[in-house]
Amino acid sequence: MSTSQTTTTEHHSALAHQFDSMAQQQDASTFGMWVFLLTELMMFGGLFAAYLIYRLKYYEAFVAGSTSISVNWGFINTLVLIGSSLTMAMAVYEAQKGNRRWQVNYIILTMILGVVFLGVKAKEYYDKYDECHIPGSVIGKGFDAIGGCDVKNPKLGNIMEEIRDRGNKNGHPVPEPSAKQTAQQTEIFFSFYFAMTGLHAFHMIIGLGLMTWLLLRANRGEFGPAYYTPVELGGLYWHFVDIVWIFLFPLLYLINRTGAK
Amino acid sequence: MASNSSHSHPTPMLYLVIFGCLVAGTVLTYLAATWEMGIFNPIVALAIACTKATLVVLFFMHVRYSTRLTQVTISAGIFWLFILITLSLSDYLSRNLFSR
Repeated sequence: MSTSQTTTTEHHSALAHQFDSMAQQQDASTFGMWVFLLTELMMFGGLFAAYLIYRLKYYEAFVAGSTSISVNWGFINTLVLIGSSLTMAMAVYEAQKGNRRWQVNYIILTMILGVVFLGVKAKEYYDKYDECHIPGSVIGKGFDAIGGCDVKNPKLGNIMEEIRDRGNKNGHPVPEPSAKQTAQQTEIFFSFYFAMTGLHAFHMIIGLGLMTWLLLRANRGEFGPAYYTPVELGGLYWHFVDIVWIFLFPLLYLINRTGAK
Repeated sequence: MASNSSHSHPTPMLYLVIFGCLVAGTVLTYLAATWEMGIFNPIVALAIACTKATLVVLFFMHVRYSTRLTQVTISAGIFWLFILITLSLSDYLSRNLFSR
């Protein structure tokens, strides 16, 4: 444990007067950041709990909705985000060593991967817009999972047809009324899909803002072995957002993919 | 220098190993979803996701090297999430238990 005597040897400009040492200050900051992240955990946790309850109640509709989103894009985005966590961890490592050039490079790499993630997400959202799978009647032509959204291509986004095709393939034909009902219930799945991925994407945008701020400070050479707390805490935020996606990917994209070869 | 435990961080080599584990977990979770395992599909998917999250928390987020206070606080938060989910689900799952 540090004692008050150690303050005579450590005299950093970033040391706030209420702390004995830089180490104590960093421990306090890390603790505070974690308390904030736990409130974030509660916010996402509420959404996850609601998701699980509705998934149990409308399982068939959740499978149908989940199957209609692109697992390839979700898979690529998972790898992109895990990669950005690696570069973020490396940025903290280089900041701690006081290596200005490489911490700047790693922060830029993290930001590029974050932008790629959001780009892929935008493409996925646009596909759902095209297929009329956005809940409600405000955006596009309104929610429609039983065809009629695109007159030229009635197959586009027709979840009812997909449910019946899959049933016939498995030898369990689904009668049209129940296929239609399940297709209409996928609106609940898509509400969760957009709420959860939307809140996550919003956190990514905030994360990119934080990265911009860190980039400017790192470029000025403000961080070194004695003081790198902002990079460390920015990293905690970035990794937290990564963890949320680690749960979103299997829960939204992979409910049941046994039909995929 | 202060010998505080929060100041010893992992090496880039360890970060690469963790990254490799996370990529392997992502591939595994996709493959697991393509096998018919009935009730075990969501259990396996969540078990893999929890393992990946634990790796990120312990190593990328340095919790393994954090102070005891931080570690206990995080555990309490995760325990609270566990209460939120299990008690909510035990309510919704048991509602029609005796009305058949």
